[in-house]
Amino acid sequence: MTAGVRRACLGAVGILLVFGAAQLALWAGGVDQAVFPLPSTVLSGTVDVLRDGSFWTATVQTLTSWAEGLGISVGLGVPVGLVLGTLPWAEYAVRPLVEFLRPIPSVILLPLVLLTVQDSSRTEVLLIVFATLWPVLINTIYGVGEVDPLARQTLRSFGFGPVAVAWRVSLPSAAPFIATGVRIAASVGFVVAVAVELVGSGMNGIGSYLVQVEGGTADVVPQLALALLAGLLGLLINAVLAGAEGRAFRWHHMQTAAADSV
Amino acid sequence: MKRLTGLAARLVVLAAAIGGWQLATRSGSNPYFLPPSTILSFMYHQWFDGPAGHLWLTSDATGNMLPSVGRMLAGLAIASLIGIALGVAIGRIRVLADLAEPLIHFGRAVPPPVAVPFFLFVFRLGTPMEIASIAFGVIWPVLVNTIDGARHVHPGQLETARAFRLGPVQRLVRVILPSAAPKILAGLRLGLAVSLIMMIVAEFVGGTDGIGREVATAQTTLDMPTIWGAIVFLGLLGIALNMIFAVVERRALAWQRGAARTE
Repeated sequence: MTAGVRRACLGAVGILLVFGAAQLALWAGGVDQAVFPLPSTVLSGTVDVLRDGSFWTATVQTLTSWAEGLGISVGLGVPVGLVLGTLPWAEYAVRPLVEFLRPIPSVILLPLVLLTVQDSSRTEVLLIVFATLWPVLINTIYGVGEVDPLARQTLRSFGFGPVAVAWRVSLPSAAPFIATGVRIAASVGFVVAVAVELVGSGMNGIGSYLVQVEGGTADVVPQLALALLAGLLGLLINAVLAGAEGRAFRWHHMQTAAADSV
Repeated sequence: MKRLTGLAARLVVLAAAIGGWQLATRSGSNPYFLPPSTILSFMYHQWFDGPAGHLWLTSDATGNMLPSVGRMLAGLAIASLIGIALGVAIGRIRVLADLAEPLIHFGRAVPPPVAVPFFLFVFRLGTPMEIASIAFGVIWPVLVNTIDGARHVHPGQLETARAFRLGPVQRLVRVILPSAAPKILAGLRLGLAVSLIMMIVAEFVGGTDGIGREVATAQTTLDMPTIWGAIVFLGLLGIALNMIFAVVERRALAWQRGAARTE
């Protein structure tokens, strides 16, 4: 039995163990099942949610806002990061501003942005941009800092301008770092999308669907089912991005491995 | 000299940002964007104009800011304790890691705000529900990073510990935890950012007091100074927490740089 098969088997056993233990404990323990439903009840609740068309509409809405916000962040963060990474004094000058803005949780900006743009879906996208911009920007700056100065100087001495150097040297060699930033931003963006939908009124998506299914019925099953599905969706997002990253930057890993072995 | 020009550039950028903001908003043409002077004087009167006996904090500050920060720290502490304990066990015991891996991957992929309505259902409105929500968000980065740190302890160090016949507790405290410390701290740093988000989300959804609740109320009454004050406060809180964290990190890991130097 190979190590991979063993891990997969043990992983499946782990899931079954936790599922079974919870099922048994809740069933035998006389816990109020209105608060802590049996795992099997949650699973059948998950099937009900999957059969509900408005769940799929909500999922598409969340993913659309998420993709839009992430796209804007990449379009903004990468060029700005390239500039700031190339000009260390500029990066040094704006750092306090970034350090001030970065920790502000974007949900607190919700009332302000909603009042200003008066449109709930645009508000959601803007808040996703605010949250996802920082990982993209900071990883781009860091990646440009790691660029081989020799390659940059070589191009400079051949008479290439700063834009050409950024395009031909800095961007490609910072790309693996940028990809890591985008991957982090993607999961942050998903969290913020759901949070904003949950908190804001008149939003559309998984978060607002969660509020709707909860509304009045005081039934905890669809809530847990939705948490389960949101987790699976998050896993899917992670897997797709990590896969794309591994495929696109195999040369980078090979290169660093080669450099390590020298 | 280079440092000095850099510092000057920083000050110029900050002054330009604040000054530009002030000039752009002074006319008051946009009712939602307030000038910095208004925001700062509001923050002073609303929160820091209290009696000296209360460290100059007003009742609004002690009734909203302190509970928020307290719950955040409580959530961080609970999540760290559980996350580090579980993480060390999973990182050191191979079978446990294989059993738990898919579950942990799943758990960290759940966007933590999704769990808030469930916690609201279990704990009702108020502090326990908010602490649970914060801890649920923080635990995953701490757990994942601790597992990673505990798994990659240098084999030579463990063999030395065995040669000196250190017991399991000694091995844990003297070898495994110190060796995993950089990773654990990295996880806590990620957790810090999550805790701020979850603090606000939990207070919005089911809080009775706190910064998030204050802003949620301010939204319905169009109380812009409170909204802006909270934003600025959270930015400053983030800076302060990061600075404290950086100091702790440097202190806690100082021996490591020393050890690396002597090698």
